[in-house]
Amino acid sequence: MEGKKTPLYDTHVKYGGRIVEFGGWLLPVQYSGVLAEHKAVRTCAGLFDVSHMGEIWAEGKGAFAFLQNLVTNDLMDLEVSQSRYSPMCYRDGGTVDDLLIYKFGNERYLIVVNAANIEKDWNWMQENTDSFDVKLTNKSDFTGQLALQGPKALEILKKLTTAPIENIGYYHFMDDVIVAGKKVVVSRTGYTGEDGFEIYCDTNDAVYLWDAIMDAGKEEGILPSGLGCRDTLRFECCMPLYGHELSQEITPLMAGLGMFVKLDKEAFNGKAALEAQKTNGLPQRVMGVEITGRGIARAGFPVQMAGKVIGRVTTGSPAPTLGKNMALVLIDTAYAAIGNEIFIDVRGKAVAATIVKKPFYKRAK
Amino acid sequence: MKIPAELKYSSDHEWVKVEGNKATIGITDFAQDQLGDVVFVEVPEIEAELSATEGLGTIESVKAVSDVYSPVSGKVVEVNAQLEDSPQLINEDAYGKGWICVIELSNPTELGDLLNAAEYEKLLLEEA
Repeated sequence: MEGKKTPLYDTHVKYGGRIVEFGGWLLPVQYSGVLAEHKAVRTCAGLFDVSHMGEIWAEGKGAFAFLQNLVTNDLMDLEVSQSRYSPMCYRDGGTVDDLLIYKFGNERYLIVVNAANIEKDWNWMQENTDSFDVKLTNKSDFTGQLALQGPKALEILKKLTTAPIENIGYYHFMDDVIVAGKKVVVSRTGYTGEDGFEIYCDTNDAVYLWDAIMDAGKEEGILPSGLGCRDTLRFECCMPLYGHELSQEITPLMAGLGMFVKLDKEAFNGKAALEAQKTNGLPQRVMGVEITGRGIARAGFPVQMAGKVIGRVTTGSPAPTLGKNMALVLIDTAYAAIGNEIFIDVRGKAVAATIVKKPFYKRAK
Repeated sequence: MKIPAELKYSSDHEWVKVEGNKATIGITDFAQDQLGDVVFVEVPEIEAELSATEGLGTIESVKAVSDVYSPVSGKVVEVNAQLEDSPQLINEDAYGKGWICVIELSNPTELGDLLNAAEYEKLLLEEA
């Protein structure tokens, strides 16, 4: 197996992680088991190594204007210590990637991108610096990232810091926090639908922090968690995964992410194309589906209605919290109505399914 | 990793228990461990005529789909209907309650092509 290793590779092996190749990286798909880890994150806490994610800094007087032009969401009211999710589009409206932007200062922003897209994003950003006074730095190889997720995340992290991390609001962060003696950035974000934190650190501190957090969470029953449950957790919440619900062919509008596309913003890459798509109607839409027949829909399986193929599955698996088999599908807009009875072609067998509301799971506040 | 001495094995990680002209089929402990939590099992139809190495069913874990191949030729005479509601039996008891089906052998000489426990263990070491 070939791929890049995060600073935690040996730790994953030590903790019994089953290593797979994902987006060019060697990472654990599971430790104790996908279902056990999924449940731990929903009911207690799980710790993920997400050091493979990309971290690109945008700095300078023109950093804000550069970003406003680069992404579809509006950063006008983004304050220091706040972060924001946004798709990033090509001029034709297709999606380059989806990312998080952290505002560290008026002229200093951190952009966190998907691991498999780091090089593509970096090149795209370079091409789009135009006349903006901005300096980009790719710090991906020097930044470790751990995600501590679950209802007990705060309780566990509190044991390792005196900083008032309980005051960090959702999609806010705190810089220069000392956790287990190491200086880190603590962000109240995640990709699981639970409360939790994403912790950015120096790559050299990643192993030490991992062990410290695992140790601190022992009493609560924290589990090291792999990519398998990371996917089932985000899937239940219907958060998109680039390459599945978003791609060069799937615009954020088609993915149902219209709330992150601010068409009233002055100008940005893809604006005209997305406006046109909104006016003329979307060709296809990403919808949620419950499999009512016997079978599991998997990515790529054809979706049928009224005897014709109307689209395909983008993600499909059991939704462990619901105890049902669910799917996200990209289908022709004419058929994309909640309640519609459709069929998934599961290896040649038509398995019944119903279009349902998204998300499939939402935590009780 | 359990590899019972009395069973025969295929290189695709199925086990075969021969009793008279009948063979019970399942997947090995190694195979279930590699798959992870099994959440769906599709067993063959009763009366189905299978030839050796033909697809016999499908086992799915949360994130993976795996085909099961028939290690022998013959007619399916029994299937484990419990797997429909309790697919996790494959994880819990791969060589017992996790059996998949019973095949009436049409060509018992094929059994000679299967591996014994020692040979299967060697295969696992080579694959590891």
